[in-house]
Amino acid sequence: MKVLVCVKRVPITGGRIVLTDDARAINTQHLGFTISPHEECGVEEAVRLIEANKGESVVLTLGPPEAVEQLRDAMALGIDRAIHLKTDGQEWDAESTAAALIEAIRADETSNGPFDLIFFGNESADSAGFQVGIRVAYALARPCVAGLKKVTLEGSSVRCEQEVEGGRDVYVVPLPAVLTVKEGLNLPRYPSVPGKMRARSKPMAESTPTRPVPRLELVKLAVPAGQGRRAESLGAGSAAAPAVVEMLQKAGVL
Amino acid sequence: MTVIVLMDSSDASKQALALARKFGEPQSVSMDAVQPFAPDALAAILAQAADDMNASAVVAAGTERGNEVMARLAARMGLPLAANCIDAEPGDPTTVTRQRWGGSLLEEARLHSPRPLMTVAPHTVAADSGPPPAEVEVKPVAETDLVVRVVDHVSPSNGGVSLAEAKVIVSGGRGVGSKEGFAIIEELAGLLGAAVGCSRAVTSAGWRPHTDQVGQTGTKVAPEVYIACGISGATQHMAGLKGAKRILAINSDPQAPLMLNADYSVTGDLKEIVPAISAEIRKRR
Ligand SMILES: Cc1cc2nc3c(=O)[nH]c(=O)nc-3n(C[C@H](O)[C@H](O)[C@H](O)COP(=O)(O)OP(=O)(O)OC[C@H]3O[C@@H](n4cnc5c(N)ncnc54)[C@H](O)[C@@H]3O)c2cc1C
Repeated sequence: MKVLVCVKRVPITGGRIVLTDDARAINTQHLGFTISPHEECGVEEAVRLIEANKGESVVLTLGPPEAVEQLRDAMALGIDRAIHLKTDGQEWDAESTAAALIEAIRADETSNGPFDLIFFGNESADSAGFQVGIRVAYALARPCVAGLKKVTLEGSSVRCEQEVEGGRDVYVVPLPAVLTVKEGLNLPRYPSVPGKMRARSKPMAESTPTRPVPRLELVKLAVPAGQGRRAESLGAGSAAAPAVVEMLQKAGVL
Repeated sequence: MTVIVLMDSSDASKQALALARKFGEPQSVSMDAVQPFAPDALAAILAQAADDMNASAVVAAGTERGNEVMARLAARMGLPLAANCIDAEPGDPTTVTRQRWGGSLLEEARLHSPRPLMTVAPHTVAADSGPPPAEVEVKPVAETDLVVRVVDHVSPSNGGVSLAEAKVIVSGGRGVGSKEGFAIIEELAGLLGAAVGCSRAVTSAGWRPHTDQVGQTGTKVAPEVYIACGISGATQHMAGLKGAKRILAINSDPQAPLMLNADYSVTGDLKEIVPAISAEIRKRR
């Protein structure tokens, strides 16, 4: 079988988000980068599916030149090859991102055959538009199930579980399908040293799409005002226990 | 002008309705219009209604289902979608303020669209208190829009306190040190009738299941008291705590972000402090 997983490079913001001077981006000077935990689970699921069923797994991203790191990380975990749609670092809106991915998927499927499953994160970690995977599914006229915590292959169908209030809803759709997944789908493995070595020589295709004029146009970002919590110290060490218990009593939970 | 609102019985829907009123006279489509839930069919109904009534905009709550159906509507209509707005002003273009990073960052944006599609982030807009809007008449949908539909439901297996609804949560981070280290967290939670929570560092290490994770990619919680033990307070963890009434942070580092963004703090080793709190509760019984 063939499985594709789409990922997005994002900064690992720490305790506080700092913006660039023009307030149009996060100041990432001192930050590391990753992909969303949702997407990490997508990568893991793709690798497991191919381990179990044979075939090929592919990772696709639209992102700056440095996004090669995230593609290599995915290949270190077992993904077979990568496709990089290179940007100049400017942000792409969800609609334009989906359009570029659709074009790349169509081109790859024409040369290498169709994907049985395409995984996306339910929403990107940063802009969180909740729509790229769904847009791709519509364009390819494939069923899409969103927000999944469990995926099981059943012959030529896939059984999907979506967490809802009071349990999980189950969907069964035919392949080929597009699935958007959430953290908790599985517990992703850590990369091994041989895995990292192998990743260096795995194939990576690249192209440079043109950024359309966004219809959801970013004007500026702002860090929301804090909730005005100002920590009152209840003391240090175990000597603080009585003060903690009094606080719990005052809060009415004890 | 008519604005179409996708609604269920939740407060989040009434908040979406309040924002939708800026765009016209609301008419609603029920989230239950297609049973069992079939998101493509709902998108088809919304698209049809929007065309029939020449709707100025379509709005839904920024819940999982709201965002999902609206994304399908956007894909179907070939229009942009602004998810999780906290405010919007009609105009050409429409201006919106929306959440990124689970609410840790706000984006001001222009939405260039003949028919703005928006979802409203829950608990950011005051709920509409007016009478419910009239419901749009629902026409039958095509078979192709029923391929993706709920065919079964499985109930949760665990009988414990649900994280999302818990009144008290005792939560542990990397500072707890190990899977076994959670014994003292569980003990305190037991005494308080609390749910156990954790940070992502803990789930990634395999110490706790992901169902315990609080934060942007975990559960968003709203307890009376949240006790964070050995959690640093990364923005992605804090994104899950916006609904918490009181936060107590226990951390050996007094400068940890969570120690500064809590209501109460205790400095020191959680391995001493947490058992001491449990002992103090027992003593007073
Ligand atoms: C896109 C994205 C989504 C994410 N989603 C989530 C999410 O949903 N939830 C989440 O939690 N994280 C999430 N993260 C991860 C997040 O960025 C942090 O890495 C994580 O929250 C850190 O967990 P921690 O606070 O337990 O660990 P650390 O940051 O390592 O902090 C451990 C803390 O324990 C303290 N400590 C150590 N020993 C002791 C002791 N003996 N006594 C007292 N204190 C002690 C230390 O001082 C430190 O403050 C996400 C990250 C990304 C990039």
